[in-house]
Amino acid sequence: MKRWIMVVPLAVFLLVAVFLYKGLFLKPEELPSAMIGKPFPVFSLASSQGDRTLTQADLQGRPALVNVWATWCSSCKVEHPYLNQLAQQGVVIYGVNYKDDNAAAQKWLAEFHNPYQLDIRDEEGTLGLDLGVYGAPETFLIDAEGVIRYKHVGVVDATVWREQLAPLYQGLVDEARP
Amino acid sequence: MRRWLAAATLVLGVAGVASAAIDTYQFRDQAERERYQQLTKELRCPKCQNQDIADSNAPIAADLRREIFRMLGEGQSNQQIVDFMVDRYGDFVRYKPALSGRTWLLWFGPGLLLAGGFVVLAIIVRRRRVTAVQGTDQLSADERERLAKLLEKERTHD
Repeated sequence: MKRWIMVVPLAVFLLVAVFLYKGLFLKPEELPSAMIGKPFPVFSLASSQGDRTLTQADLQGRPALVNVWATWCSSCKVEHPYLNQLAQQGVVIYGVNYKDDNAAAQKWLAEFHNPYQLDIRDEEGTLGLDLGVYGAPETFLIDAEGVIRYKHVGVVDATVWREQLAPLYQGLVDEARP
Repeated sequence: MRRWLAAATLVLGVAGVASAAIDTYQFRDQAERERYQQLTKELRCPKCQNQDIADSNAPIAADLRREIFRMLGEGQSNQQIVDFMVDRYGDFVRYKPALSGRTWLLWFGPGLLLAGGFVVLAIIVRRRRVTAVQGTDQLSADERERLAKLLEKERTHD
């Protein structure tokens, strides 16, 4: 019997173990967005307050977060206070109210404070579809030209902001400032 | 008994209907209906993973079905509809991913593994045959002597 053949089972085991170990930390529910590097989709929707029509051009000019939320989404309630906090720190946040009842949305914004500089009313979910949204909350990071640079699926909290969004956002702000 | 069976069948039937995702769409013809069914089976629900969008009750799946119906009505081709979905949700939504540099292993990996298995099998079979021909069945002088002794022993015991 050749010696090296004895090592084969161990080698196979180690290979499988490495893959399984890596598998422990995969998050298959977080899809990589197909929208990264693409311009923000063209849209023309009313604001939640109903006072104006918003288009993709309104989102340009400054790097910003675009937060997709709804009153039926319980995690959105969890992240809302943190978004308020970010807005107070001067972070530009636009809200997309996704497939929601507008009256409920307005009540929510009045009650829990409104962190959004613009409130896009996407009652039919058409903008959500064009953004590749598959569950709120989702938060996009766009640059001053309105190009999507990053997407976070799930709640934005202090850790997510510090570790993922803040460095990118700061980078974009520095980039925009000549 | 028969009545009970009928009742049970009915209950099961109703339960089955109640759990399937139902939309009521009016198709222009049978061909369009079949394309709709094929597309909703080929596209994967981004939220409830490992379900196709035909099967899923998630709101996003219902939206995507509605979108597919709308696009079919507009006369778009299957390719256009699939591209539309991939543009938004990525390659993930395709149960039949396109053949590309990133997916060739997915397509040909199983075939390569199978071919590899056959190669290993062939090597083993050939090696065995070679050793058989080279005659390990022919005993060396030493072995022949031992065999003779053993046989002798056996005979004397009888």
